[in-house]
Amino acid sequence: MTISDSKIKLDIKKIQLDFPILAREVRNNRKLIYLDSAATSQKPQVVIDAQNRFYETINSGVHRGAYYLAELATDAHEHAREIISGFINIKPDQLIFTKNATESINLLSYAFLNATLKSKTDAAVDKRLVLNAGDEILVSELEHHANLVPWQELCLKTGAVLKWIPITDQGLLDYSKVDELIGVKTKIVSISHMSNVLGSITDIELIRKAAKSVNAFFFIDACQSVPHMPVDFTKLGADAIVWSGHKMLGPLGIGLLAATTELLDIMPPFITGGSMIETVSMQKSTFAKAPKKFEAGTPPAAEAVGLGAAVEYLQKIGMQNVHDHERHLTKLMVDGLKNIEGVTIYGPTDDRERGSTVSFALNGLHPHDVGQVLDDMGIAVRVGNHCARPIMDKLKVQSTTRASTYIYNDDSDIEALLDGINEVFKFFGAR
Amino acid sequence: MNLSNMYQEVILDHYKSPRGKGLQETFGGEAHHVNTTCGDEITVRVQLSEDGNSIKKISYASTGCSISQASASIMFEQIDGKNLTDFNKSSEEFLAMMQSKGKFEPNEDLLGDGVSMIGVAQYPARIKCALLSWMAAKDAIIRAKGE
Repeated sequence: MTISDSKIKLDIKKIQLDFPILAREVRNNRKLIYLDSAATSQKPQVVIDAQNRFYETINSGVHRGAYYLAELATDAHEHAREIISGFINIKPDQLIFTKNATESINLLSYAFLNATLKSKTDAAVDKRLVLNAGDEILVSELEHHANLVPWQELCLKTGAVLKWIPITDQGLLDYSKVDELIGVKTKIVSISHMSNVLGSITDIELIRKAAKSVNAFFFIDACQSVPHMPVDFTKLGADAIVWSGHKMLGPLGIGLLAATTELLDIMPPFITGGSMIETVSMQKSTFAKAPKKFEAGTPPAAEAVGLGAAVEYLQKIGMQNVHDHERHLTKLMVDGLKNIEGVTIYGPTDDRERGSTVSFALNGLHPHDVGQVLDDMGIAVRVGNHCARPIMDKLKVQSTTRASTYIYNDDSDIEALLDGINEVFKFFGAR
Repeated sequence: MNLSNMYQEVILDHYKSPRGKGLQETFGGEAHHVNTTCGDEITVRVQLSEDGNSIKKISYASTGCSISQASASIMFEQIDGKNLTDFNKSSEEFLAMMQSKGKFEPNEDLLGDGVSMIGVAQYPARIKCALLSWMAAKDAIIRAKGE
């Protein structure tokens, strides 16, 4: 039996040793307590090594050149694609490497814009991608700006109308509004799997059914879910999902798009240039099939290889184990925060409805000041609007303090945070 | 480096009891500035003297962290009623201090309680908080002058 098949008690102390950065000291020679993995995760040595090894031993032009090193580099790049696509249960040619998840969403939104523009002169454009004035795009009120602004822009350019599912006071989507918001005019539904601010987990099946009942395209921003729980693309039933490598122990600079073969076939390319073509003359060009069609230019090959190593590392631990461990930490954190007088938690408090990203306020204190005092104790949390300004407006706050965990956090990190919060109150003489 | 370098008593005092907070109805120029990383906001209104050479009245409304709030209060105390040459000198001194990474001998005549902000200059993420009110005041003055 491999570890990933079993429900085991993870040895977090041992896992922590895999992450060199956790051994460093921060301000005032304090031990680093990293609670900002929702922004970016730390990297295990195997990921750093895999990326370095690419540069040290096989660095060369991927998908170009017929020499030995170029073959090895191309193999490594494509092997990484196999590992990562297997991780979410798709075929390798359904996986597109991008720069980040934001680019992945833009790849989708620009496919609609480009199809709409091209349809005026090119009869071959698939009509399902063509937007007309009055068509509707549905998002939710808890989206990260990355899953909001590209759709706003698409609406501005096509005359489509943006609609959104509001959130309840508990920070969950108001599912009672879904039926009235989805109709025959709805062409695209793009929803976050898990909120990067409130931690709320979306009922994907409910949204999928509603989207598919009107034949709308269904996209999922999976940035906060794929790193933290088992995700099977085929079970989600989406047309495409996007996420980023750096939030799942992988390197910065690589994002992902997974899509159905059908969608990849009909979408026009986003960024054009080298590597994504079939034939080129001075007058016009034809394009390669996916994934190449969407991967113009020299690819981030070392990053792909590093991400492949990150996925293998996670697979060895087992995503269910990752999820169970984080659920334990979430419960510890939410229960602990509830017990501190003067703390307000935003978002659901039931650990079945949320992931391990928890936003909160220390009443009477500004998050920037909270973060600063915590930092003085070596505790790294995020303060600000978390690239999700509409949620801040809904909560009627300027910003929040956010703590988020990963596989390398343990109970003592949560205890340090809770102790730290009491120290913050003491420091400012508030409460 | 010690946290009390940043949060000096005088800063916490300005934060808890801000001076001059509240917008005046009469003004010649107004500027609204936002710190996009944290959402802190300030509106500054400036009424210049008739000859246009001095600040007859400055007022502000703001929300934000202790550093941005204290900075606005300190700025008000330092520049309300001053002539524009003095404002420019103070504003330049403050900017130089904030960009110094803490290696600076601030001039108390120019900055008043603002010298206490020297500790903030050691924390790059907080420099914007301290500068927000000064930058908004500068803009409001430019608008009041009609430039």
